[in-house]
Amino acid sequence: MKKNVAVVGIGNTAFRPKTDEYSWKELMYEAASRAYNDAGLNPRKEIDSFITCAEDYWEGFSIYDEFVPDQIGAALRSCCTVCGDGIQGLALAYMQIMSGAVDTVAVESHSKISDLLTYSDVLAFALDPIYNRPIGGHPHYLAGMEMRRFLRDSKCTEKDCARVVVKNKTNALKNPSSAYGTKLTTDDVKSSPEVFSPLRQLDVSNLVDGSIVMVLASAKRAKEICDNPVWITGIGWSSDTPWIENRDWGRAEYAEEASKMAYKMAGIKNPSSDIDFAEMDDKFSYKELQHIQAAKLCRKGEAGKRLRKGHYDFEGRLPVNVSGGSLGCGNLIEASGLHRAMEVALQLRGHAGRHQIKKVVKRGLALSWRSLPTATGGAVVMEV
Amino acid sequence: MSERIKHWPGKRLSSKELTGGKVTTTKTDPRVKYAWACGEAISRFLEELKNGKLIARKCNSCDQILFPPRMFCEDCFTPTNEWVYVKDTGTIETFSISYLDTDARRIKDPIYVGVLSVDGASEKQGIMHYFGGVTPKTIKIGMKVKAVWKPKKDREGAITDIRYWRPLRRGEK
Repeated sequence: MKKNVAVVGIGNTAFRPKTDEYSWKELMYEAASRAYNDAGLNPRKEIDSFITCAEDYWEGFSIYDEFVPDQIGAALRSCCTVCGDGIQGLALAYMQIMSGAVDTVAVESHSKISDLLTYSDVLAFALDPIYNRPIGGHPHYLAGMEMRRFLRDSKCTEKDCARVVVKNKTNALKNPSSAYGTKLTTDDVKSSPEVFSPLRQLDVSNLVDGSIVMVLASAKRAKEICDNPVWITGIGWSSDTPWIENRDWGRAEYAEEASKMAYKMAGIKNPSSDIDFAEMDDKFSYKELQHIQAAKLCRKGEAGKRLRKGHYDFEGRLPVNVSGGSLGCGNLIEASGLHRAMEVALQLRGHAGRHQIKKVVKRGLALSWRSLPTATGGAVVMEV
Repeated sequence: MSERIKHWPGKRLSSKELTGGKVTTTKTDPRVKYAWACGEAISRFLEELKNGKLIARKCNSCDQILFPPRMFCEDCFTPTNEWVYVKDTGTIETFSISYLDTDARRIKDPIYVGVLSVDGASEKQGIMHYFGGVTPKTIKIGMKVKAVWKPKKDREGAITDIRYWRPLRRGEK
């Protein structure tokens, strides 16, 4: 196992549909305080570099990075923003440490999406202005298009997607940070209104506010300060073409590439047996199955079959989203990837509380997607 | 242009040609609306403005009084400890005299904008605001100023509840 960069601190706020009691700064401060306390580091002296993952339009500020330093302890320190997903932030932190420039890095990502009143308009504004935007409407129809093609190509069914919803929302009941844990049946999901057919209302994760901070350290520093380091042994990220007409709608090729990159670094030859558990982006129910397929956690076309056999259940052979995922915890926008990664690290430490996987887990995968209309994702392999 | 370069090759387009369909462009009008939750510190600050008062937060670990108030201290990275009222007088730290409006049109009466530190708060703790009752000749760094508030009925919990800051008069506190 490559012991170069370790996770040495984790902190998060609860995930909630609205957080009117907090400004966005106060929300980030809470997660940062928890992470630095967990790492046992004073951010004003002992953390060398700070990275936030955020996007101006979600925040409602232009040049948002300038609004970051104080609430994460980074004023007059090395600080920058990644306009992307949390795992892309982890990748930058990994490189900063590997370059030798710094020994400790804090990576923050958050959602204060309840401050945005026109979510679907911002999504639509992310579409190509000439070729796609004039079509109008709520861009979630892109997920409907992708789901239809994926179901046709993959031998998965609408009922399989409903099973993912039931599994993840049930798992979330054990996660105190989650907002949307509930007990459902597949019939409940299949009788929820069609929103962007074949996508139904319960196939779509709901937006939440929340902040997550992870502290990373070099091997030398990690051994000095941490009794339970979780090692980042592989990391990758990839973007498909922005031309949505040119994408392969049945596959998540960005996830194939991102996970391939991470596996190569981690020396993983056979992901379906080498990975003990995974946290996979599930902003839409079918996405979990598509991502399982893309990350080669099953043989081609077997994601649905294995799901039905219970392989991905809480006590299954390869548990997926025991945290509850985005369907159960809520959609944290750019922080979703960092949430996936955080949950993997907690499991490997044995600190996941009531949603700790019963069997011993040594190696986990987190896989992210930046959501519609992007085809960008990240993957990180962590080990103990 | 320069000594060596007298003109650029090509044809200069007039704004008429640009807007008159000679050049292919596309227009967009994004609908982006926000309602930021102000949270603890800003909410209290805005409420106090309606009462004609300025409030700050004290950090007990570095003894600084932070204005505008914050629930955490960026120097110590600890929660701040108590609410403290500060005065509506202060000192000009720096300023600019703005002769252009937001559309870059020349305005006759310039706008005096600057940062002032507020009396009762720690060093470098203050606010950016307008100055009034000054001329380009009389306004100075280090000048003592006092807030000119809107009438109570017109205040809405915004920093513009203070109209501007004018020079402190002799003997005034």
